[in-house]
Amino acid sequence: MKAFTYERAGSAADAAAKVASTPNAKFIAGGTNLLDLMKIEVETPQHLVEVNGLGFDKIEATPEGGLRIGALVRNTNLASDARVRRDYGVLSRAIVAGASGQLRNKATTAGNLLQRTRCPYFYDTNQPCNKRQAGSGCAAIGGYSRQLAIIGTSDACIATYPGDMAVAMRVLDAQVETIDARGQARVIPIADFHRLPGTTPRIETALAPGELITAVTLPKPIGGQHFYEKVRDRASYAFALVSVAAVIQKDGSGRVALGGVAHKPWRVEAAEAQMPAGSRAVAAQLLAGARPTRDNAFKVPLAERTLAAVMNEARAA
Amino acid sequence: MPNSPEISISRRGVLAGSAASAVIAATTAGAAQRAAPATLAPLPAPAPQPMPVSLTVNGKVQRLSLDPRTTLLDALREHLHLTGTKKGCDHGQCGACTVMVEGVRINSCLSLAVMHEGDTITTIEGLGTPDKLHPMQAAFVKHDGYQCGYCTPGQICSAVAVLDEIKRGVPSHVSVSLTDHPQATNIEMRERMSGNICRCGAYSNIAEAMAEIAGENA
Repeated sequence: MKAFTYERAGSAADAAAKVASTPNAKFIAGGTNLLDLMKIEVETPQHLVEVNGLGFDKIEATPEGGLRIGALVRNTNLASDARVRRDYGVLSRAIVAGASGQLRNKATTAGNLLQRTRCPYFYDTNQPCNKRQAGSGCAAIGGYSRQLAIIGTSDACIATYPGDMAVAMRVLDAQVETIDARGQARVIPIADFHRLPGTTPRIETALAPGELITAVTLPKPIGGQHFYEKVRDRASYAFALVSVAAVIQKDGSGRVALGGVAHKPWRVEAAEAQMPAGSRAVAAQLLAGARPTRDNAFKVPLAERTLAAVMNEARAA
Repeated sequence: MPNSPEISISRRGVLAGSAASAVIAATTAGAAQRAAPATLAPLPAPAPQPMPVSLTVNGKVQRLSLDPRTTLLDALREHLHLTGTKKGCDHGQCGACTVMVEGVRINSCLSLAVMHEGDTITTIEGLGTPDKLHPMQAAFVKHDGYQCGYCTPGQICSAVAVLDEIKRGVPSHVSVSLTDHPQATNIEMRERMSGNICRCGAYSNIAEAMAEIAGENA
């Protein structure tokens, strides 16, 4: 691990200002993803600003009838919250489908949103990777791509966003609250938070340098049956090949987002109008324009079948 | 080994050599050509300043001065000489480094010691002693919950914490209902222990040891 200096922030604005004004500085909270990447020198920050002491560790009711989840709420505590289990089951289910118990106890809400891709070429510093080093190329294109993206890709990057939690947040229309280096707060809809790779796969989110996530808010509950169906190579503790987050109402209408298929949680609102027509019609619109590789073409039918399984389960209940 | 530069250099050379051959094997010619040109070596980073850290480990206050890069795992093993906690993968994948911080299990390899200022930490040495085993340690012995023993301290710390998580109502991926209180069934324990890998494959005996303790506490 490269040497770095370390300090604990006194306030959110202080943390944002320090990271914005110090070259190559990063926030650290849970650290489960950042330290992993620092050990292999994919991440080489020269300064870390620890934000664990900032108090964003509560889940509170909002005046609108929703929930405001502090950025530092640990994944286990979010999945275990009685209100989340009752009203936002898709979120609880998504969180416990990811990582291990030890990691969920440490990882934070904001850190989970910001976790980096598990593309093997991003992890291998001997390989070209436009996400790790702009302009160096993409070894995944034409390489081993079984786990990688099938839609929203570019000629520069076919990495996936690896997380589960954010896929559930996408169907729940969550909003990300931040504060920047000038102390200005803003709200970013989750739909706009993660970016497609385009020509700048290094830029993964809408956050400005030094902008700090303070909370994620959920609108008031929408009812319905909640599902998070994750298909992976092992029964536990593995990243998704494909996952389906869904909230399905009694009349068959609903919301659907996919994980494991794109550089961001993949939701196409227009496709949801097809839900009464069945999973094939939804998947056709959701994955229109997919450009899978030879290795991961199986993800297209797998996504449709996983969605079919979820919709069948909803009908049977 | 740390005091022997010759050995460490030759070992690094071996590692670099094997990494290079792996690249040749895995990279297409086109990808290799697209790789960025070599840049000048960066200036050496300034020597890191040690930071004071105070931890309460197994009931004892420990004041340390650490390079900020020191993980909680390395602080426990290399600085406090509590070598019960093991370094397996050092990347949070195997669970051998599992300890409890403020009563909650974490991977000590993926946490910096400086992130735990003032925290209370329990390692395998704090759970029981050879003369007075923790009930979970005794159950692992009784049910043959290990072979080589390397993953065992992490398994036992995790097992103790898992039963507490079930007691506190933390849901898991295999919980049928999110609103009912989870039960310490075999399938629940297996899912919750998936962050602890055992290369000897003692899983079924570990689950039996846990079932015995879960039954006693029911």
